[in-house]
Amino acid sequence: MARIIVVTSGKGGVGKTTTSAAIAMGLAKRGHKTAVIDFDVGLRNLDLIMGCERRVVYDFVNVINGEANLNQALIRDKNCNQLYILPASQTRDKDALNLEGVGRVLEELSKDFKYIVCDSPAGIEKGAYLAMYYADDAFVVTNPEVSSVRDSDRMLGILASKSRRAELNMEPIKEYLLLSRYDSDRVESGEMLSLEDVQEILSLHLLGVIPESKSVLNASNSGIPVILDEKSDAGQAYADVVARYLGEKKPLRFIDSKKGFFRKLFGGK
Amino acid sequence: MNQSSILDFRSGTSFAPILILYSNDMEMISQRLQEKIASAPDFFRNSPVLFDLSELNENDMEIDVAALISRLRQLSLFPVGIRGGDPLQEKQALALAVPVDSGRSRGDPILPEIQKRDDAVPEFQAVIRDAVRTPAMMITQPVRSGQRVYAASDLVILAQVSAGAEIMAEGNIHIYNTLRGRALAGVQGDIEARLFCLDLQAELVSIAGIYKTSEDLKEISRKKPVQVYLQDQALIIEELS
Ligand SMILES: Nc1ncnc2c1ncn2[C@@H]1O[C@H](COP(=O)(O)OP(=O)(O)OP(=O)(O)O)[C@@H](O)[C@H]1O
Ligand SMILES: [Mg+2]
Repeated sequence: MARIIVVTSGKGGVGKTTTSAAIAMGLAKRGHKTAVIDFDVGLRNLDLIMGCERRVVYDFVNVINGEANLNQALIRDKNCNQLYILPASQTRDKDALNLEGVGRVLEELSKDFKYIVCDSPAGIEKGAYLAMYYADDAFVVTNPEVSSVRDSDRMLGILASKSRRAELNMEPIKEYLLLSRYDSDRVESGEMLSLEDVQEILSLHLLGVIPESKSVLNASNSGIPVILDEKSDAGQAYADVVARYLGEKKPLRFIDSKKGFFRKLFGGK
Repeated sequence: MNQSSILDFRSGTSFAPILILYSNDMEMISQRLQEKIASAPDFFRNSPVLFDLSELNENDMEIDVAALISRLRQLSLFPVGIRGGDPLQEKQALALAVPVDSGRSRGDPILPEIQKRDDAVPEFQAVIRDAVRTPAMMITQPVRSGQRVYAASDLVILAQVSAGAEIMAEGNIHIYNTLRGRALAGVQGDIEARLFCLDLQAELVSIAGIYKTSEDLKEISRKKPVQVYLQDQALIIEELS
């Protein structure tokens, strides 16, 4: 049986797709057969970040509509043969997905895969609802700012009350916090919320902190998930996230301000 | 088999909302009901309902009971009793499997208006139980932004209540964690109701309709257990020592 992970946030542009690509690759690299699904119908983004946009023939909507079977639509990743991508359609509108169809596709994938990563669209409407409905685990991607934290909290309420697990009175979805685009200098200067602030408001199990990093943009420009850039801070942070998710203990990294560090070093205030 | 293990009758009070009609215009009734239902779909969906015709009959306003019952059922309400009807109306109701309820019809509290906030996700959780002597409603999960809880009893919450969440109770509210959202105790007018929490950072606290907003709460020290109660119509917020 596969474990279904939704990467969600409420707020847009916080790093869901970046995260979906990174953790899917991270899990696959460790030998777990993994599929990553783009639920952002109409916007198609994941295939660009995975660098497979030119190999898209059929998509998620085609499979749901029975116009193609899963094997025709799944794209095997060029860097890792344990990773498959199910792209979204750019030409359809959001209503092309439906709960029953999504359920069917996930069930079929579950037979063959260990992990299924669902990249949610922004918002709390239908697309986000479909992405989270069947999930076992939720990675709630949050940026250290008030509006993002508030939206994450809102999404957590939806996970707890509207998901399949909630409706069937099963064990609730396991919720994890992933604090992304963390800029410790701006936290230090008070422009952004600190890790402690966010943790106090959301009180969630923290899976990791991803620093704000230029390596993310470089990676997406070259179509390679940032986790494969092993020298980069963001890549290492994502590798830690995958390790922690799989139960390994890893100390938190990339949360100390460089300025703060130097200040301490030179005995400043 | 032991005779007594087959069934049992117990005395009990069930709680179904009572629908009091002041108009006999079926279209207007229908429209108003739909609005009410839309404001709290989870609360009203498949809810039992008693309807009360005493106002109409007092004012000699005729109503088609059969049409009313079928309209209620269409709206996924379950009529479970008729009150204040004349013998003919009672007969019509009975013919459609709705029994006569002889309970008192006046003086019952009006259910609180459940306002739909524009930003509220339709995930309102409501539990209405017998208004007298009900065990407290217990919540162990965080109440998150956009969620609402209504208890017709005391309400005990073991987790945090987020900003943007709203909790209401007819009795006392106990929160063994931080309150950041809105909390209203004694919402049916119980001025003896109190609110307790371990850390008061609320957007609003209210007892029996008398409230303070976060503006008025700035002075309250954080991370201290407090209680909120009414004294001479004034809301008192006091640290528990
Ligand atoms: N850790 C990071 N450091 C720097 N930039 C980042 C980081 N994470 C994401 N970004 C950038 O933020 C932008 C949004 O990222 P991404 O597309 O992953 O977000 P999203 O939550 O999927 O957005 P949407 O809600 O539109 O689907 C992209 O330009 C990405 O390169
Ligand atoms: Mg995205």
